[in-house]
Amino acid sequence: MGVQILIRVAWLIVSLIAASILVFAVTNVLPGDVAAVILGTSATPEALDTLRHQLGLDQPAWIRYVQWVGGMLHRDFGTSLLSHSAVGPLIVQKLSVSAPLAIASAVIALALALPMGVVAGVNYRKTSGAIISAVSLLGIAIPTFWAGLLLATIFAIQLKLLPAGGFVDWSDNPLGAARSLILPSLALGLVQAAVLTRYVRSAIVDVQREDFIRTARAKGLTRWQALRRHGFRYAAIPVVTILGIQLTGLLVGAIVIENVFVLPGLGRLLFQSVGNRDLIVVQDLVMLLTAVVLVVNFLVDLSYRLIDPRIRSSA
Amino acid sequence: MRRRLPLTLVVGVLLVALVIVTALISSVWTPSDPTHVEVSARMKGPTTSYLLGTDQLGRDELSRIMAGARNTLLVGIVTVLIAIGVGVPLGGVAALYRGRVEDTTMRLSDVLLAFPAILLAIMFAAVFQPSTVTAMAAIGIALVPVFARVVRGAGLQIMQQDYVTITRTYGGSNAWIFVRHVLPNVSSVLIVQATVAFAVAILAEAALSYLGLGTPPPTPSWGRMLSESQTFLDQAPMLAFWPGASIALAVLGFNLLGDGLRDLLDPKLVERLELSS
Amino acid sequence: MIGLGVADPSQAQHDTLVVEDLTVAVGTVEVVHQVSFALEAGQRTGLIGESGSGKTLTALAIMGLLPEGLSANGRVLYRGRDLLAMSERELCAVRGDRVAMIFQEPMTALNPVMKIGEQVSEPLRLHRGMGARQARSAAVQALERVRLPDPVEKMHAYPHQLSGGQRQRAMIAMATACSPELVIADEPTTALDVTVQAQILELLVGLVEEGGSSLLLISHDLPVVANVCQRVLVMYGGHIVEEGSVDDVFGEPRHPYTRALLDAIPSLDEDLPSRKLRAIAGSVPGLGEFPPGCPFRNRCPRADDVCAVMPAIEGSDHRAACWHPLA
Repeated sequence: MGVQILIRVAWLIVSLIAASILVFAVTNVLPGDVAAVILGTSATPEALDTLRHQLGLDQPAWIRYVQWVGGMLHRDFGTSLLSHSAVGPLIVQKLSVSAPLAIASAVIALALALPMGVVAGVNYRKTSGAIISAVSLLGIAIPTFWAGLLLATIFAIQLKLLPAGGFVDWSDNPLGAARSLILPSLALGLVQAAVLTRYVRSAIVDVQREDFIRTARAKGLTRWQALRRHGFRYAAIPVVTILGIQLTGLLVGAIVIENVFVLPGLGRLLFQSVGNRDLIVVQDLVMLLTAVVLVVNFLVDLSYRLIDPRIRSSA
Repeated sequence: MRRRLPLTLVVGVLLVALVIVTALISSVWTPSDPTHVEVSARMKGPTTSYLLGTDQLGRDELSRIMAGARNTLLVGIVTVLIAIGVGVPLGGVAALYRGRVEDTTMRLSDVLLAFPAILLAIMFAAVFQPSTVTAMAAIGIALVPVFARVVRGAGLQIMQQDYVTITRTYGGSNAWIFVRHVLPNVSSVLIVQATVAFAVAILAEAALSYLGLGTPPPTPSWGRMLSESQTFLDQAPMLAFWPGASIALAVLGFNLLGDGLRDLLDPKLVERLELSS
Repeated sequence: MIGLGVADPSQAQHDTLVVEDLTVAVGTVEVVHQVSFALEAGQRTGLIGESGSGKTLTALAIMGLLPEGLSANGRVLYRGRDLLAMSERELCAVRGDRVAMIFQEPMTALNPVMKIGEQVSEPLRLHRGMGARQARSAAVQALERVRLPDPVEKMHAYPHQLSGGQRQRAMIAMATACSPELVIADEPTTALDVTVQAQILELLVGLVEEGGSSLLLISHDLPVVANVCQRVLVMYGGHIVEEGSVDDVFGEPRHPYTRALLDAIPSLDEDLPSRKLRAIAGSVPGLGEFPPGCPFRNRCPRADDVCAVMPAIEGSDHRAACWHPLA
């Protein structure tokens, strides 16, 4: 078992390296010129060259790659080509917006999807189950940003209950900050809940057809007892697997939602940096996001192996 | 026992047909020119000449919605074709050659899977001018691992069947086995996956267009229409409704179609082949 | 169709289970037709039939565990109370405690993500109200009774860590933990190696005798039933076609189907190379595809026009449902 884990860690590292190369390769094929963006179109070629040299853009690609990776490993994320401020602290600051958003959305999604999925799965032949299933099907089709706009229209513009965008710093006004996050995390969380509900429902429907549920009932357990004591832990396995994949969806949704509600988080930063051709920031952010996804998937894979005793002992 | 056509399939087919028909009709006729700007008529409510009202530049909303269907379909078709064109052979190679080849292919595929389409598209858009092409390329590439995994998983299962071993004994090459045995058996799963991928592609393209990284003006695109409507949310909220609803209906249609097809084409088999990926 | 009924009240007291006109249907299609029989206390009865005969569905109907889409009609009297008329709650009190079932494939019938100990303790905690610790030691005892090696260790094992035979022993331990009055065993040894089959059967018989329970052994394997059971029911196409003591039915079969089944078994002491295997002509029709009247009509050498109507089962102790019985 320990060997299995080591192998997976090795693969994780390989994946991270591969991802970093991919990210670096793509962002450095930029035909756009940061120097031109900074100095404007009327800048002289000499000024552009000087700036490029200052920014280290005239060095060969592979040297820049090594510098970049080396820097990250030493927790130095470089400086923004545009603002000249350190990227590391910039990311941390933006995290104070994005992280609560992501967590709140995830909590909303789980809190809704788990019970609804179970109810839909248990009642899959009845109307209540069909209704939940239909609602979740609708929910999946709704683009997150549309949900955000709709919520903003209703709650912010019509009812004037919550802000339609913008963000006050936590340190200035924690309540206001929290209020700014309500609609975005609702929009994101509700759509994610719809996706998750389908998977949970599917897992519950499947487990009820298993032979061991019939055995449990033959022992005198009611349907519900059999599901609770035997079914849930078996159904948990595919659900946990899905959660990892869902994270990607959550991150992407967060990027988009931040732009809908003008939240100064990582998503918006990424978006702006791409527009400004701020290479370093783009590289760092994309790498960070990819790394988070890879690591979480790795952890989910690991936990999945721990939960399922069949895999645990046969490894 | 003849099976009743599942309701999901019927509704799915209807919705998808609606999108396709709208797209086809709009290529020859729309109530008004979708790109014709008429500033004096901006943000009007529904009237006889403008059935869904007008947008912030006085353009007929209904015509724009109809024209947007074309864009949506185009993106869906091209991205899915790209994904299949690259993913299916990739998965086939992995299943047939096993060993190192399989491991490498699948690991690469996993790494790619970690890159959500949007992220990839954002990077592409940074590198090249954002356009429909970059969006389609990014989404198509991002969807490759889905098909690669399905084909590999199904391929592995099919390879274990006796008839494949028999084919090898009389000299069947890998390519032959792939085309004659793996593909036909995988086709039902592929069709289902393709419809689902279509739905994903529509959503992804909409998000990209919303962010300004997809179809540029003046071609009508539902996602971009949504972002354009955002500034006028307090004056004309309905402008934010129609494009979003169109996206949702299209995605719903393809999802239902995929579900319905799955129910129709032997659900257990399709599930098993899907899960094995 | 004439059912068994309870003709003799004094007999009723000795019967653990009385099945009267049990019918199982998928929608409008009947797959088990008005099956009637009685299981006496302490008796071992075999239910013989090929796949598709409806024997498993009969067992599931008795337990109230028919899959979705199937319905049961008739009466299943356990000590005078109709199981089919009971509420789910009342049934749950009976299942596992008074009537228990052992399934064919122990690998799928046991929960793969739950320890053996937990699964075997469950009926004890449920029906005997035992606490965790008490149930655990009772479970160990149950595992000892089924002669599972290293029972204490096995309590913490998962099903996939046991061999097929061991898993089935665990299943038997689970089923007999509360000393039920009736044990229904659906092909308990079919999925096991031949060498293990005899051991498991012997174990099952021993436990059943020890506990004074009745056994309903469902099988397609005639020699197994002949060895283990005292009475036998022969099922074909959802009907019971013959019934009687094992000696009577196997010694002097009255129904052509039983005769054909017996003929089809190759015997080791015959001159094998000179004798062809005698198969029954035709093949078993799918559920719902049996001809009207006697289901064996199309494959029976003795059939004629009168067989278009289903014969009633008749006889005293050794009964058969046939217009042209062999005896």
